[in-house]
Amino acid sequence: MTSPADLGVVENEAAQALFDDLIAKDSRIEPRDWMPDAYRKTLIRQISQHAHSEIIGMQPESNWITRAPSLKRKAILMAKVQDEAGHGLYLYSAAQTLGISREEMMQQLIDGRARYSSIFNYPTPTWADMGAIGWLVDGAAICNQVPLCRASYGPYGRAMVRICKEESFHQRQGFEILLELMQGNEAQREMAQDAVNRWYWPALMMFGPPDDESPNSAQSMAWNIKRFSNDDLRQRFVGMLVPQAEVLGVTLPDPNLKWNEAEQRYDMSEIDWNEFHEVLSGRGPANAERMRRRREAHEEGAWVREAAAEYARKQAERELAASGAVA
Amino acid sequence: MTDDRSSRRAADGSSSRAAVGDAYRDADADLDTRPAAPVATRSPDEHGDVTVDRVALAEELAGAGITSAGHQATSDAAEYAMRLGDDALVLAQWLGMWISRAPELEEDVALGNIALDLIGHARSLLHYAGTATGRSEDDLAYWRDEPEWRNAWLFEQPNGDFAHTIARQLAASVYWFELYDALARSTDPTLAAIAAKSVKEVDYHRDHAVQWVLRLAGGTDESRRRMILAITDTWPYVDELFVDDELVERLAAEGVAVLPSTLRPAFEAAIDAVFAEAELERPTGRTAFIASGGGRQGRHTEHLGPLLAEMQVLARQHPGASW
Repeated sequence: MTSPADLGVVENEAAQALFDDLIAKDSRIEPRDWMPDAYRKTLIRQISQHAHSEIIGMQPESNWITRAPSLKRKAILMAKVQDEAGHGLYLYSAAQTLGISREEMMQQLIDGRARYSSIFNYPTPTWADMGAIGWLVDGAAICNQVPLCRASYGPYGRAMVRICKEESFHQRQGFEILLELMQGNEAQREMAQDAVNRWYWPALMMFGPPDDESPNSAQSMAWNIKRFSNDDLRQRFVGMLVPQAEVLGVTLPDPNLKWNEAEQRYDMSEIDWNEFHEVLSGRGPANAERMRRRREAHEEGAWVREAAAEYARKQAERELAASGAVA
Repeated sequence: MTDDRSSRRAADGSSSRAAVGDAYRDADADLDTRPAAPVATRSPDEHGDVTVDRVALAEELAGAGITSAGHQATSDAAEYAMRLGDDALVLAQWLGMWISRAPELEEDVALGNIALDLIGHARSLLHYAGTATGRSEDDLAYWRDEPEWRNAWLFEQPNGDFAHTIARQLAASVYWFELYDALARSTDPTLAAIAAKSVKEVDYHRDHAVQWVLRLAGGTDESRRRMILAITDTWPYVDELFVDDELVERLAAEGVAVLPSTLRPAFEAAIDAVFAEAELERPTGRTAFIASGGGRQGRHTEHLGPLLAEMQVLARQHPGASW
């Protein structure tokens, strides 16, 4: 006789086999499909971190909305930061399909239990930073994110398709800000080069540690969440930047950067991984400021969210009473 | 309105592409974005593939085609357009400060959308105003000092808490809806074109404000207390919106402008309906010393100076620079 517990094991094995089969065929896993707990947890962690990065990433740029030097630039920047809020929304929704609520994710962020991309812990002291963020940070994000459009988890992949389209526009506007500055006066050119100097290395760090020190990469690649290794993506990114830097007339701040014909890759200086780990562990130039702003917005908005919930509750009650009266 | 916005963005995007030219390669061009091929055991993705296609390009500035075709604003029409443009720009500048600070993400998006629409209105109006004196929208936005600004006081009042922002949005968007609805029939083709485009957008802004007034007034005790306070603080600035003066009287006689006083009955009716549902009372008695309509003559409250200083600081550090 087969006990219910044994049946559960058999069902699990069958489900695992189906899951493995879908992954092997490079097909999509959908929210109601069975999936291993570790796969679910990995996705929740990755998607929510990505969502948090979009939300925190609004801050360094919103810093310049009020001071944008022309009305056209103000409109474009505002549209861009607003897109980022939209990306956060799609991503939180994608994560919610895995069984976690937005409130829970938001609370993890506020409590400092969740990570977001360290790049946003760097400050934006000049207007040229809007250009450098678009060109370098959004450029790196695109290299990272385009392969995610094919991630095995359906809702994540689909959210990424839309996000990547918009990111590509964001990168272009960043490039154009820098181009305009480089074609401007001496002070503007200096401002542009200074921003490229400050953002180049942190942007390269966005691809994460070198392949031999990246603990989660192998499993994510086996699950078809991640498609290319950190170092491969970093190489692609640099390959994209070099000709664009020439068009801009900016110098990428690495004296050792050159194409290695024999190995078909770029040689470059060693990344300062010490800085990477410092910022990652919360000791970057703007970590505290970013967290403070998010916490304040969340706490100061609590009464508004409570009011909306209470109003919705009362409305539902009224509708119920009205339908009861009719019946 | 979504279409309007995507097309405006598309217009911005396309202009940046044109400036960059062929030298610039799309970052995603060499990465494979094709979705995984469907396999036999599974039907093709039932959610469908998501694509975002570029919509048809709209003109970047409403009415700009008309002005570039040779229609130059008269000095009266330019002054009038500057009043309306300043109202929109000053409020957009305040609303932009909510982005990344709103009570929930949906409001970061909504207030950002509204601010973006208002910048669009301001750009069109200031562009037109500038045709009278050979100045650009940016000349007017960045190189005028406080006494040269023509916005009404309502628009320069600070964000306050979310309830104050919503009270200001309510008064502003109900006023704008009535104004642009009437101005769409202006005998001035540029003003008519700008108003016809703007009225669709402020219709959404009005709906946004009304929904929040109802939620805050009918939500918790705390939100109701804040909403009542915000209405009380904001209402003294409403009178100025409806003050007629010689300029608008001259322009209204030609069918160019809408006489502000004629908008008041429709404004009051719309507000009364909202307040009735929200169980709020229209504050009476207190006015903000604005019977003269000081903003239209360049007299302002203490809030405008710092707002402009922040907005103009970078542009003024680099006279003549292009951005």
